[in-house]
Amino acid sequence: MNLTLLILLPLITAALILLAKGLQQIRVIGLTGAIAQLGLAGWLLKLFIAERAAGNNATHLFESNQTWFKALNINYHIGIDGISLAMILLTSVIVVAGILVSWSMDKLSKEYFFLLVLLSMGAYGFFISLDLFTLFFFLEVAVIPKFLLIGIWGSGDKTKSAMKLALMLMGGSALVMVGLFGVYYNTHTFDIVQITQQGIPVAIQKFFFPFAFLGFGVFAALFPFHTWVPDGHASAPTAASMFLAGISMKLGGYGCLRIVALMPDAAHTYSWIIITLATIAIIYGAFATMMQTDLKYINAYSSISHCGFVILGIGMMNKTSINGAVIQMVSHGLMTALFFAAIGMIYSRTHTRIVTQLGGLLKAMPFISTVFVIAGLCSLGLPGFSGFVAEMTVFMGSWQNSDGAYRLATILSGASIVVTAVYILRATGRAIMGPISDEHSILTDATWNEKLAAVLLIVGILIIGLAPFLINHLIMPSTDAIMVQMGKVIAVK
Amino acid sequence: MALSILIFLLLFIKLGKDRSNESILNFINIALLINLGTGLYSNETGILFNGMFNTNALIVFEKDLLNLAALIISMQSYAWLRNSKHVIEFYLLILTSLLGMFFMISSGNLLMFYLGLEMSTIPLAAAANFDLTKRKSSEAAMKLILSSAFSSAILLLGISFLYGTTGTITFSILTAHINGNPLQLFAFILLISGFAFKISAVPFHLWTADVYEGSPVAVTSFLSVISKAAVLFTLVNILYKVFTPIASTWYLVLVVLAAATILIGNLFAIRQDNFKRFLAFSSIAQVGFILIGISGSSQSGSASLIYFILIYIFSNLAAFGVVSVVSALADKENISDFKGFYKTNPILSWVLTIALFSLAGVPPTAGFFGKLFLMMAGAAKGNYGLITFAALNMVISFYYYLRVVKAIFMDENPTPIQKIQVPTISKIAMYICVVGVIVTGLASVVYNYIYSISIGL
Repeated sequence: MNLTLLILLPLITAALILLAKGLQQIRVIGLTGAIAQLGLAGWLLKLFIAERAAGNNATHLFESNQTWFKALNINYHIGIDGISLAMILLTSVIVVAGILVSWSMDKLSKEYFFLLVLLSMGAYGFFISLDLFTLFFFLEVAVIPKFLLIGIWGSGDKTKSAMKLALMLMGGSALVMVGLFGVYYNTHTFDIVQITQQGIPVAIQKFFFPFAFLGFGVFAALFPFHTWVPDGHASAPTAASMFLAGISMKLGGYGCLRIVALMPDAAHTYSWIIITLATIAIIYGAFATMMQTDLKYINAYSSISHCGFVILGIGMMNKTSINGAVIQMVSHGLMTALFFAAIGMIYSRTHTRIVTQLGGLLKAMPFISTVFVIAGLCSLGLPGFSGFVAEMTVFMGSWQNSDGAYRLATILSGASIVVTAVYILRATGRAIMGPISDEHSILTDATWNEKLAAVLLIVGILIIGLAPFLINHLIMPSTDAIMVQMGKVIAVK
Repeated sequence: MALSILIFLLLFIKLGKDRSNESILNFINIALLINLGTGLYSNETGILFNGMFNTNALIVFEKDLLNLAALIISMQSYAWLRNSKHVIEFYLLILTSLLGMFFMISSGNLLMFYLGLEMSTIPLAAAANFDLTKRKSSEAAMKLILSSAFSSAILLLGISFLYGTTGTITFSILTAHINGNPLQLFAFILLISGFAFKISAVPFHLWTADVYEGSPVAVTSFLSVISKAAVLFTLVNILYKVFTPIASTWYLVLVVLAAATILIGNLFAIRQDNFKRFLAFSSIAQVGFILIGISGSSQSGSASLIYFILIYIFSNLAAFGVVSVVSALADKENISDFKGFYKTNPILSWVLTIALFSLAGVPPTAGFFGKLFLMMAGAAKGNYGLITFAALNMVISFYYYLRVVKAIFMDENPTPIQKIQVPTISKIAMYICVVGVIVTGLASVVYNYIYSISIGL
């Protein structure tokens, strides 16, 4: 299958949206495009499994390599492994859900849906890239839609948040750029596959790894570069929050993983720093969440904490922990999107997101409240939901590092789950349970589109939570390949 | 080559007749189009006048770029020139200046280079004065002529020292005689100061903002795009071909100039409210990035320079195009006037936004490729301190471009600029720019062609 379809489909959808007239047409086109993406991703999964079953054990499937800038040896090289496929599936699910929850967006709807679709194109392009140049290109493509989505349709101090987010992400990509140049001038190629084969000299790795890793770390909300997350997420309109937390923070995590695989020696040297930062992010995020009263801020800060687990898993650098990191990315993407969707539904009815002003919502809107509770339980890691599987895997991987400091980091991060339980249960108790105020008791429950979006995300969460072997089966061969790669390069040294 | 000069001569003769402004403008635009066409068609290599005048594929391509930019500017200033009494004089000045630039790019010796430079500068000073009723315009002209006279004097001093130490002014012979003795280095510093003046690199940038603000928009865009491009082409030619023996020296000079130019340009751009001053400082910062690319002193260095100039023509002229119609038809030139612009003029807003994103270097616009390739060329030298500095400065520049986008899309304004009826011909020019901004980057053919004709150190 030609992977470029994943880029073309959103492009065509976006073009059709520009031509469409009226909200009805626009949203129907948007939804059709999104469902087509989902279908395409599903079909890709089917083909992928079939190829693997047929005994094709190549690291990357559906590869295609075309020369782009010949003089500079830049190629349009695409292909997927299990990890990228998991990310593509995640993206396509969130895009459908995001378009469904924005069903009644009537302010500048054409531009709104156009930018949402453009954002998804950036994500797909990023996940299928096997060339660092195209990877970087798509990473930056996604920045502008985010800025406009938050700045135009956001709430609260939206222009400031939009500016902060855009500038911090730009700063991150500036660091990535320097790192990539360093790799390029020492290997004479941007091609990930080629670089993996020939390896990078250790001294070079040590110099450029921090640039690239921290650069992607900004996207993944790595402490201390997490400050764009709370404001950005809180100001963004619902669908944009879902995209931001569900997809674009994953660009960072995925980028970090690829960089670690490219420069394993440096990653090994610096892993104590990575793990320290991740542990700080996990604990700091959890405690900061305790102090929040705005539901969106609660979810944004808890995202920092949850994304810390991704970095922790990557930093531990063993097979189980990296597996856990990937599952955590998918799980957090679905869970946080569900959370933001539920918050958006509540906010659009009550016009407040402050926990203390809410209460007893279960009586007025049982469906939305249930969704909210499910998202919360997934977030605190209840068995049966995806959060449990992901965090458990990360911990199991981390525990394999018997070094004292690593053990300490694992224990501290594990303890943060208690804090998570506190803030989730407290927010749920205040907002969902208890007596309801009169003005809230007349509010209506979810509409069909909101129900559909929520169900879609919940199904995703349950599949991972109840049948974790499915996703494990998908990503395991790819993490194996990454481990082999790391071992090989370290052996060469 | 000779063809394009002939067309200019024809143009001057024909314009003597008395006609209505519209028809003259249409005629000139067609003539400029033909001029561009012939430029694309003729692609021969040759040397005239004993090496004083060279031409080859690279030089012809550079001239084509300038022709293209001149055509776009001419189309964009339609709304402004329609009501002017001095259309013919305006074109006379602009085209003479363009001709001067052609001589300068083709020059094979310092004398020819100097003549071309003067021929291109003096008419521009007169053109800067073209808003005859505005005091600011004559102030701009005065500043331009004085500062360029000053820089020419420095340049001439440099040339005479160079002649004194080597005994020749012909480029091809000069190289062999350059050995880096102190007087030669002094001459080189003087020479590069003269250049820095023309491309407004810091610390020789002080004239730029005032001149840009005071001049009519058409002249400002001419100054910021065409005149800078021509001098930069010549600079690369001289650095890469003549001063090769002291390459390590001029590398240091370029690094210092580039770093200062990027930083100062950025910091001042943040504070501007007048759109032309804003674009003036942003163009200063852009020159800093260009200098980084040149400092790479490789084939990809000069290729990325020419590529970037092409993209810069499209993106900067798209921005100037919008400013030009807004200034001509709504008489507003401040960024704060653009608040709420999207509500009344969505298409112009998108054109301006795309142009600004391209200037900021954000994909999928061509500016991303242009800037990235410049930095890549610079990174070849392994000076990662400079590259990191420049990369972080890109973030600063991103801030002020976003400020404008924010004003257009997000800020509330009770009295936004009313709906503007853009003349068709200006609209076409804008669309050309937007298409250029998007296609030039993604279509790698352009870069590959430029690379194939470029020179390295």
